[in-house]
Amino acid sequence: MDISLKNVEYRYQADSPFERLAISDVSIDIPSGTYLAIIGHTGSGKSTVLQHLNALLKPTRGSVVIGSREIRAKRKEKNLKGVREKVGIVFQFPEHQLFEETVEKDIMFGPMNFGVSEKEAKARARAAINLVGLSEEILEKSPFDLSGGQMRRVAIAGVLAMEPEVIVLDEPTAGLDPRGRKEIMDLFYSLHKQKNLSTVLVTHSMEDAARYADEIVVMHQGKVFTKGTPELIFSNPQALIELGLDVPEVVGLQLRIEESFKTKFKKISLSEDELAEMVAEFLEGGGLK
Amino acid sequence: MSKPLVSIENVSFSYEGQQDPALNNISFDIYEGEWLAIVGHNGSGKSTLAKLLNGLQFPQEGTISVCGITLSEETVWDIRKNVGMVFQNPDNQFVGTTVQDDVAFGLENHGVPREIMVDRVQTSLDKVKMGTFLNQEPHHLSGGQKQRVAIAGVLALQPSIIILDEATSMLDPRGRAEVIETVRELKTRENITVISITHDLEEAAKADRIIVMNKGKLYREGTPEEIFEMDEELIKLGLDIPFPVKMSKKLRQKGIGLTKSYLTEEELVTELWTSHSKM
Repeated sequence: MDISLKNVEYRYQADSPFERLAISDVSIDIPSGTYLAIIGHTGSGKSTVLQHLNALLKPTRGSVVIGSREIRAKRKEKNLKGVREKVGIVFQFPEHQLFEETVEKDIMFGPMNFGVSEKEAKARARAAINLVGLSEEILEKSPFDLSGGQMRRVAIAGVLAMEPEVIVLDEPTAGLDPRGRKEIMDLFYSLHKQKNLSTVLVTHSMEDAARYADEIVVMHQGKVFTKGTPELIFSNPQALIELGLDVPEVVGLQLRIEESFKTKFKKISLSEDELAEMVAEFLEGGGLK
Repeated sequence: MSKPLVSIENVSFSYEGQQDPALNNISFDIYEGEWLAIVGHNGSGKSTLAKLLNGLQFPQEGTISVCGITLSEETVWDIRKNVGMVFQNPDNQFVGTTVQDDVAFGLENHGVPREIMVDRVQTSLDKVKMGTFLNQEPHHLSGGQKQRVAIAGVLALQPSIIILDEATSMLDPRGRAEVIETVRELKTRENITVISITHDLEEAAKADRIIVMNKGKLYREGTPEEIFEMDEELIKLGLDIPFPVKMSKKLRQKGIGLTKSYLTEEELVTELWTSHSKM
């Protein structure tokens, strides 16, 4: 399912004394099957963009096309259920939204809310719990008896059980330990490939953006600052640094080495091995002339 | 190293209804003025340990003493005067309607007279560089600023130990850097003992000493250099290797003459220079 934002503007509490412009003139195309990362500071408008992807917010200007549905400013939009069923959002700290008595009921809640039968919802809960790498025994437990990492997985299973075509992830690994972080990111990446989903990742981790995304959008002060492939975005690290953003660690190290040896390598490398290679080549070649 | 400020001896703790103990026969000391990082995967027992140090839970076996006082339900209030705690979620620990009210809250609870309070609120906030935010409301603050106010709230009570229980894990990179820098300054200037419970290894690398927890047990203890030599073993424990250490290793594999693994990028680049100039 393709999603496309066209010149989207959003004002919080529009036409009131508290009006605040959050994003303006944002145009982003997310063709079906894309893995898109959105990066930017806290307050750059990332979360506002995210909430347009399933019409939780409707633009105050411009339009958002989600599959066959167009959501335009200044128009009453009804029946958005179809859109929300297909675009699943995993919010930050999704475990805070768990509420049911058992894990199974919690996972079933979403699908049943969209009219799936109880039997089917149960089957989906089972499938989803396996997908997130938990054992089926957990289905009978209260979600509040689980560890933080398990709760996170249950919350994610709840979104997967809706069988969305687009998954939107808002800092999905915040607060997890390094292994948990890698497992969750790998899980989303393999789902992305297997089920040919579109994935939108909102993140502060430049490493994750570089590793997983096909395309990166950099938000700054409510606008799209730049967009392109990870190679393109990080080939100009200075621009990101000027915005006060981080660059992937490997890029940061390359810049330090280049500065220290007053040289420029042939390209900006996004992989540790490649950087090691370039440094070795440089030093073997005599380094500084 | 100076005298032990906290002693933990043969401590075990289990949560009700759970088979495996959260802490299994743990013993170690914490020294005055040190920055100790306790690392471990989710569920390794590190947060339970923090709760025991502050008397939020009591050990079922073993003893904990803080500043020479053995922790018990009778002594817990004396101990809490010495041990301040900053939790993970910036929004859950902001109780005041303004920054200064929030810092004053703990002082009020301890019955500190107003004149002293006004002064302590200001000096504590100055120490975390939030001294000009006295009347700001919490929703105008970033996560990192809120955590710094939480630290000020703890400082106002003049504890000898601050425990940071994953206090940076919900922050963005900028907020994380602000909080770590604040802690580093406090440690140097105020000689406060810092215990940071974290799975951010870059944060742990800045500590004086690291304790690695695994499945409720103390798995390893050492300086950051010693701990990061564990290499792949850390990954098996659900942790990671800091980036400069990883890169040092890769560069060595390419035949670049580095003598060891470096914990910071600065050290690594400096060493590349030195080895290069010898070539």
